[in-house]
Amino acid sequence: MVDAVIRIEHLYKSYATSAGEFPVLKDVNLTIASGDFVAIMGPSGSGKSTFMNILGCLDKPSGGTYRLDGRNVGELARDELAKLRNRTIGFVFQGFNLLPRMSLQDNVALPLIYCGIERETRRERARELLARVGLERYVDAMPNKISGGQQQRVAIARALVNHPSLILADEPTGNLDSHTGEEIMALFESLNREGITIVLVTHEADIAQHAQRQVHFLDGRIVRDHPTLQVGACV
Amino acid sequence: MTLAMLGEAWRAMGANRLRTFLTMLGMVIGVGAVVLMMSIGQGAQHAIKQSISAMGSNLFILLSGSTSSGGARSGSGGGYTLKVEDAEAIAGLSGVQAVAPIHSGSAQVVYGPNNWSTAIIGTTPSYLDARSWTVIAGNAFTDSDVRSATRVALIGQTSADNLFGDENPLGKTLRIRQSPFVIVGILASKGQGMDGRDQDDTLIIPLTTAQRQVFGSQFPGSVRMVMVQTTTQEVMPAVEKSMTGLLRQRHRIREGFDNDFYLRNLTAVADSAAESTRIMSMLLGAIASVSLLVGGIGIMNIMLVSVTERTREIGIRMAIGARERDILLQFLFEAIIISVIGCLIGLGLGVVAALLVESLTGTIVIISAGTGAVAFGVAAFVGIFFGFYPARKAARLDPIEALRYQ
Ligand SMILES: Nc1ncnc2c1ncn2[C@@H]1O[C@H](COP(=O)(O)OP(=O)(O)OP(=O)(O)O)[C@@H](O)[C@H]1O
Ligand SMILES: [Mg+2]
Repeated sequence: MVDAVIRIEHLYKSYATSAGEFPVLKDVNLTIASGDFVAIMGPSGSGKSTFMNILGCLDKPSGGTYRLDGRNVGELARDELAKLRNRTIGFVFQGFNLLPRMSLQDNVALPLIYCGIERETRRERARELLARVGLERYVDAMPNKISGGQQQRVAIARALVNHPSLILADEPTGNLDSHTGEEIMALFESLNREGITIVLVTHEADIAQHAQRQVHFLDGRIVRDHPTLQVGACV
Repeated sequence: MTLAMLGEAWRAMGANRLRTFLTMLGMVIGVGAVVLMMSIGQGAQHAIKQSISAMGSNLFILLSGSTSSGGARSGSGGGYTLKVEDAEAIAGLSGVQAVAPIHSGSAQVVYGPNNWSTAIIGTTPSYLDARSWTVIAGNAFTDSDVRSATRVALIGQTSADNLFGDENPLGKTLRIRQSPFVIVGILASKGQGMDGRDQDDTLIIPLTTAQRQVFGSQFPGSVRMVMVQTTTQEVMPAVEKSMTGLLRQRHRIREGFDNDFYLRNLTAVADSAAESTRIMSMLLGAIASVSLLVGGIGIMNIMLVSVTERTREIGIRMAIGARERDILLQFLFEAIIISVIGCLIGLGLGVVAALLVESLTGTIVIISAGTGAVAFGVAAFVGIFFGFYPARKAARLDPIEALRYQ
């Protein structure tokens, strides 16, 4: 597959604990094509977040290779990883992770500071994206003045602001009610239609239904990997 | 880019104003203290320099020594062992510029309805040369006035003000202990002497007139004090030697016996006074710098707390693409802004305090641009120095560890 965004081979990750090395990911192999929409599922503690953090270049694997757009991430320096997080990847967290003392506009514009875009362009772009997620009226509001669903939209706007080709979301609907969760998923679906690759972690089968492909983790291994079945179809 | 980091730093400071202010306060007090202390120190140095140059340069003072009479010894300057002829002989030594025998005291002076007690200096015209004292109106008296003991006087500014008010004293006649004296010249103002006395509160008259008609010396032809000026500072040790030899010879003092006179190097005394004020002002600056250091440590302390407290924020920034240097700059700028603004406020307060000290106590203070530059430079240095470690700590954080931090 030529246009694989993510190619992971024999990925291992273990944490050093007081009781010795604790393996969390054991020989994970996964390839994700450009434009795919993948839901990662699995029980708590199966290593999904650990995997996502490695995908997002926030954490380093203990073994194996991770190629992002063909580049071996394990060989990149800290600054190059920062550049990937800034331009190629948009990360959406379960807890939103907005900066509390900053307006929504400034929050969304923040990634642009780190690639040297000037202030007016930053603000313009931030307003555009806030409009895109339906929050144009809250440009100058502070994050604690809006609802959780709205905060997650802001976080998505921030993830999108630098035109990433890949969106990584770790339980983006985990803190939201099912209705709001559906709205967020609709947003992801429309982004995916525009060609952005999306990988998201969820516990809920309903949410996973929005993806095209589902990858199941169990105890640090991928145990199942299949296209999403149409609703109503029997297994 | 860098500008944006400056903005981020500014925003973070605004988010916690009280803490920012308190941190700044350490810097404000430090810089204020340095400015105040340095201004006072420089003022003191200036005052000393002024009184030294007012005193005259390369000066010796010869005092007549103790004369033993029947076991009772008079103190220094107590006897009359120095002769006017001694002074004339000293004037012939090489390296000697001016010699002035002095007979002084104080007396009540009367002009019309005004009277005033002032210092009377009986001396020769070379006294004015030795002390580089000029006559701003009229003329100094001459050697022939000294020979014939005429009743003429030069008047200092303070005495003139007190006796004559707005009148021009020149050519007027005043009375010193009943004897009439004509004012032939007005002396330039000299201000405070090294001993703190007002040197302008004085009358200078011929030596002979002072001895015979004002103070009535029992030993005409002898004086208690002679002022000697050398041509340069370098020849002072040589002149001291030759002068001592000359006087011992003239006074017929045998080997092994004490001098019957005292010789003091006024210039050396003045130099050591200048040196000690210089050291004192450096010491003041050093003590004040300690508070600057304490202010710097305060900045470091708060920055470390701030980095820990904002670990999660740092993690978020890294997750969206902040590089190491972006985080470093943000925190470094924060420290620098705090110290530079603190410094500017401290400069202002220090200047105000210095001016207040001047107006309340009359002490001379000198606020120089150099002081400001030093304080500013130190503040910027303190900001960078004490801000660097916390900033680097922030920049070196592992993104995932920082994000997990609760
Ligand atoms: N920093 C760490 N140090 C040690 N062990 C860790 C660390 N982070 C995660 N683990 C362990 O790794 C395992 C996988 O954790 P991970 O967070 O990836 O699970 P998860 O699949 O995301 O679970 P959940 O669905 O609850 O979010 C867990 O057993 C956890 O205890
Ligand atoms: Mg998880």
